[in-house]
Amino acid sequence: MVAVFFAYFALVSIAAGVLTVSLKNPVHCGLALLALLMHVSGLFVLLNAEFLWAVQVIVYAGAILVLYLFVLMLLNLKADERYFHSSYLYFLGPAVGGACYVLVLLLRSPYGGVKGDVPAAAVLEHGDTYAVGIKMFSDHLLQFEIIGVFLLGAIIGAIVLAKTPKSIEDVTGKK
Amino acid sequence: MVPLSAYVAVSAILFITGLLGVLIRRNFIIVLMSVEIMLNAANINLVAFSHYLESLAGQLTALFIIAIAAGEAAIGLAIIIVVFRGKISTNVDEMNVLKW
Repeated sequence: MVAVFFAYFALVSIAAGVLTVSLKNPVHCGLALLALLMHVSGLFVLLNAEFLWAVQVIVYAGAILVLYLFVLMLLNLKADERYFHSSYLYFLGPAVGGACYVLVLLLRSPYGGVKGDVPAAAVLEHGDTYAVGIKMFSDHLLQFEIIGVFLLGAIIGAIVLAKTPKSIEDVTGKK
Repeated sequence: MVPLSAYVAVSAILFITGLLGVLIRRNFIIVLMSVEIMLNAANINLVAFSHYLESLAGQLTALFIIAIAAGEAAIGLAIIIVVFRGKISTNVDEMNVLKW
């Protein structure tokens, strides 16, 4: 059953990703990106990461994608006649070949590694949100604070950049 | 049980799709969307390894990546608005000056 869900989420997310980079109208690309984000959040549920599922839906699909669509509507873009780079065929061949090579290598490799101390049963005991919260506010507190300062800087930078500039006459007081 | 390599394969395909989008699309907004696809591919990879290696560090890193993606989207779209206000174009080939 999990394999069926995995196949669905994986295939639809890959198809939505291909549509995002290949559709002509930018708004259609945004909606394909929305489908991609929702199906990636489904993959997170299969991996016992319910908190990341919620964050993905709220932050990515709810905030970032709406920001993209808002800017698209604001700019009122027309679909370009030539919307690919002029020599995109030179990129397409090596990309497909490289993807096939990487896939063969990935599917053959045996992944091993040092197991951590949080097996799935321990996560499911109190829920993923509890485990992630305890871990974040004990071991990763500094990164959390840095991310907070980073987001504050990003907000201030976005406001300063996107604000309508005053004309020089208003600033210096001349007519 | 889905093997770990299946998740890594999905992540690799999505990453290459996003990289291709960055390289071949000419609209700046679509280029930023392709960067979001690449960040999502990295997140799938991190969460899959976090699950299969029984550690929470991958999930935390994925959370930080989502926060950074939010900041990147805000700054990138503000830059697009500034460029569009001055030049009426979002084509990356025509953005070739730092100041005008």
